[in-house]
Amino acid sequence: MIISVASGKGGTGKTTIATSLALSWGEVQFLDCDVEEPNAHIFLKPHINERISVGIPVPEVDESKCNLCGKCAEVCEFNAIVVIKKKVLFFPELCHGCGGCSYICPENAIKEVDRAIGVIEKGRSGKIRFIHGILNVGEPMAPPLIRQVKKHINNSINGIIDASPGTSCPVVEAVNGSDFCLLVTEPTPFGLNDLKLAVEMLRKLTIPCGVVINCADIGDEEVERYCKDEDIPILMTIPWDRRIAEAYSKGIPLIDALPEFQNSLSQLYGKIERLYKR
Amino acid sequence: MKVVVSATGDNLSAHVDRRFGRCPWFLFVDTESLKCEAAVNESADAASGAGTACAQLALEKEVDAVISGQVGPNAYEVLKQGGVKIFIVPQDSSVREAIDKYKNNELKQMEMKVF
Repeated sequence: MIISVASGKGGTGKTTIATSLALSWGEVQFLDCDVEEPNAHIFLKPHINERISVGIPVPEVDESKCNLCGKCAEVCEFNAIVVIKKKVLFFPELCHGCGGCSYICPENAIKEVDRAIGVIEKGRSGKIRFIHGILNVGEPMAPPLIRQVKKHINNSINGIIDASPGTSCPVVEAVNGSDFCLLVTEPTPFGLNDLKLAVEMLRKLTIPCGVVINCADIGDEEVERYCKDEDIPILMTIPWDRRIAEAYSKGIPLIDALPEFQNSLSQLYGKIERLYKR
Repeated sequence: MKVVVSATGDNLSAHVDRRFGRCPWFLFVDTESLKCEAAVNESADAASGAGTACAQLALEKEVDAVISGQVGPNAYEVLKQGGVKIFIVPQDSSVREAIDKYKNNELKQMEMKVF
């Protein structure tokens, strides 16, 4: 079973939950897909033994073959390639690596070359097989790297995918294909607003979900009411506790700092399994 | 001279739109006759690449200059390589006023340090 952990709103506790869930889960693979700002390694402290450079294919124009016909610019959905009177201009940060321009060029003047966008690191942390992606600073697009990280999923062992905050392309890429998505939220108006967006996204992707409410004893009851109305199971609640924030700030996983959560975290796995098999 | 102005409407009384790539209208104007051709900006809602698309349009229409409030780095690169000058309108004005200022050499040309 592959479980993704998302939230909508940032800062609700995805990584806190995802890392402690992995630590309580035994033999498991952990994929940190928040490639713009991966942080799970701070808590899991993996020993990295493999580093893979990742690139996306971008066009390289052979000017000796190019006749400036402009077909490449016409076919480019992203306006990344522009043909002006005497040359072809290319904007790498707009390119999605679709290959359309090199395919359509009647003169075979465009070949695809790799443009590095980030790296993947693999390693181990105790029983956990750890993989994360690190997007190069300044790169606008996370999904191509996330896609590559997920290619390393081993479908014969359980897995946890830690997604980034939000509900757009990088999160969709991270959670897509997972068997169940755990949404970590907080009982506040912002928490609820973004939770609704996340639920809408998961429904479109037809991924079943459940909710963990963090800082559950402060804020209001609207998140709880929403979950009941929408028939979304609340699988765990965590009270606000300064010790949790202190542990986090020191890079100590929740399950290590507050062992009283071990039970509810082990139970969380069982609850998800029952819901998934439903 | 033929210029293109980013605009909020489809005629010379409309205001200059400050944003070259995201404006709703482009007005192609012959500065001598003041004959004006309006075109909807098809790239206004593009997820990305609006600047390069609009700059390419300006080049296809063979304008001598772009008049706008703000031109981004990608559009700037395309226009510069195509030999089109860019003039910046410093404050809110109608397209007609902007063209008068252009003709009187009252508009500053845009220069950008590209890294």
